[in-house]
Amino acid sequence: MLKQIEGSRAVAEAVALCRPEVICAYPISPQTHIVEALGELVAAGDIGRCEFINVESEFAAMSVAIGASAAGARAYTATASQGLLFMAEALFNAAGLGLPIVMTVANRAIGAPINIWNDHTDSMSQRDCGWIQLFAETNQEALDLHIQAFRLAEELSLPVMVCMDGFILTHAYERVDMPSQAQVDAFLPKFEPRQVLDPAEPVSIGAMVGPEAFTEVRYLAHAKQMQALSLIPAWASEFHYAFGRAAGGLVRPYALEDAQTVIVALGSVLGTVKDAVDEMRANGEKIGVLGISCFRPWPFEAVAHALGGAKRVVVLEKSLAVGVGGIVSTNVRTTLAPRPVPVYDVIAGLGGRPITKASLQKVFADAVRDELNLTTFLDLDAALVERVLENERQVRRSGPLPENVLKERHAVPAR
Amino acid sequence: MFQVRIHGRGGQGVVTAAEMLSIAAFREGKHAQAFPSFGSERTGAPVVAYCRIDEKEIRLREPVMQPDALIIQDPTLLHQVDVFAGLAPGGTILINTSRSFEQLGLKELIHRFRTCTVPASELALKHVGRPLPNAALLGGFCALSESISLDAVVAAIREKFSGRVAEGNAAAAAAAHQHVAKEIHAEAD
Repeated sequence: MLKQIEGSRAVAEAVALCRPEVICAYPISPQTHIVEALGELVAAGDIGRCEFINVESEFAAMSVAIGASAAGARAYTATASQGLLFMAEALFNAAGLGLPIVMTVANRAIGAPINIWNDHTDSMSQRDCGWIQLFAETNQEALDLHIQAFRLAEELSLPVMVCMDGFILTHAYERVDMPSQAQVDAFLPKFEPRQVLDPAEPVSIGAMVGPEAFTEVRYLAHAKQMQALSLIPAWASEFHYAFGRAAGGLVRPYALEDAQTVIVALGSVLGTVKDAVDEMRANGEKIGVLGISCFRPWPFEAVAHALGGAKRVVVLEKSLAVGVGGIVSTNVRTTLAPRPVPVYDVIAGLGGRPITKASLQKVFADAVRDELNLTTFLDLDAALVERVLENERQVRRSGPLPENVLKERHAVPAR
Repeated sequence: MFQVRIHGRGGQGVVTAAEMLSIAAFREGKHAQAFPSFGSERTGAPVVAYCRIDEKEIRLREPVMQPDALIIQDPTLLHQVDVFAGLAPGGTILINTSRSFEQLGLKELIHRFRTCTVPASELALKHVGRPLPNAALLGGFCALSESISLDAVVAAIREKFSGRVAEGNAAAAAAAHQHVAKEIHAEAD
C-alpha cells in the first residue's frame, strides 16, 4: 500500500510487520520517532504478543535485547550516536554470543563537540564489533531492509544493524510502499532460534573460552559473517521477486557499463550522487556510481567485480578515521590493491553539513582530470582552518578548538 | 521539479506544513519529499522546512536553495533571515500578514515575483481557536501557485489532524484560499 509518511514511521510499521516479541526503547535523536511509533503500535495492540520495555539507558537496551533474544524472543531496538557508543560493550557481546537482534541506527555524528546532525561516524565506529551492517538509500529501502534483516539475523544467528541517515531519512516524508502482513509473513519465517535458554533443555550461553579455543570461536564468527555474502544477494533476489522492487543486496551498480570514473558511496547521499552523475553523463563524461548496501561483511568480490573497469575511484564518505582519512576508502583500496587504480577519498557531510550536487560535481570533475588530492574534505573552509592554526602557532594558551572555529565562522567579515 | 521553502518560527507548525504539502501532492499522484532544516528545535527560533514535488521519483537530498515558491509564516522574519535567498525568477511568495507587500516595504518584489499576503494567523484564530497559520497558508498557497488543489490540501489536513482541529484547519484553509483567490482576481481587474 502506497503511503506518504515519515521515514521513522515507515520503519516502525515495517518492524511491526516483522512481529517482534521484545522491543527495548531508549530515546535519542534522531531515532526517537521510531520507538515512539512502535510504542503506540504495541499499546494499540497492533503487534500481537510483544513486550515494549522502557529501559534506563542504551546499555540496558542492548542488554535486555540480549536476554530476550537468548530466551528465544525476536528482539529489536534502535539507537544513534552516543547511544550506540554507550552500548559498545553489549554490542560485542550480542555478536560474540551469536544473538540475532535487529537494530536500527539512525546515523548521527559523535561528539565532542556536541552535534546532533547526520553523518556515519556512529555506525562506522562499531564496524568491527561483529554485527552485520546494512545501509539504506531511501526510506523505502530502510523499511525493506528491516524485513530482510530479521531473516538474515535469524538464519545466521548474528545481529544486524540497519543504518539509515538520521534526519535526512528518518525525518523525511516520502512515498513508501508498505507491504501487507501476508507478504511479510511469507518472506520471514517464524523465529526458530539456533540456541535458546529453555528450562526444559538447559544450556549455558556465554562460557569462558581460553586460549585453547578462542581463535577457533573468532574464526567461526568471521566465517559466519562471510556466509552473509552469499545469503544477502540470494534473499535480495527473492525479495525483489516477492515484493516487486529491488532492495538490499551487497552493492548497487548505477551507470557502470562504460564508466571510467566510479563514485562509491553509502546511504541517502547516493540519490544526490546519481543526479550529479546523470548530468555529467549527459555532458559526455564516462562516470558511474557504486552504492554499498552491505558494509559488514565487506563484499570484496562484488566490489572488485563492479570496479573492474574503473580507471579511477572516488569514495564519498560521511565519516573520518582521524589519523588515517577515509574508512570506506581503506576497504576499497584493499579490494583493488592488485591493480594500480587511484582511489580518491572525499570526506563529506560531517555533522550534518549539506552535500550539494554542485559541490559534488566540482570534486567529481577534478577527479576525472586526476587533479584531486588523495584525501579531500568537501567544502572545507581552508582559510578558516589556517587562521585557527596560525593562532595556535602564535598563542600558547590558544583555547578550545571548537570554540575558536565557531568564533572565526561567526566573525563579521571586514568591509 | 517544483520546490517550496517554508519559513517560520518554532511552534508555528512549519515542519507540519511541509509534510501536509507533501501529502497533498502524493494524493494527486505526484512524488513528494518533505523535510525540515534540522536544528535544535526551540519555540520562537527561525525554522525552515522544504517540500519538493515532481512527476518522478525525487533522489536529490540537498536543502532547497533555489525554491520556486516561498511561504513565510511569520513576517517578523523579514528583518532577521534572508528569506528570499535563491528564489527563482518569477517565483511565488506568500506571506502571513494582514498587511500588503507595499505596507511591508516589499513593493519592488511585486513585479519580479508572483506575490500575495493572507492573514492566516487571524483566520486560524477564528476557525481553529489558535493562531497557528500553517494549514491556512497551504489553502492560500493553492490559490496562488495552482500547483496543488485545495481538495488535496484539505485531505492532507484531515490526515494529519482529527476531529475539531481537522475541521477548523480545513475551514481556515478554505477561507485563506478564498481570500487569496479574491486578491488575485482584484489585481487582474
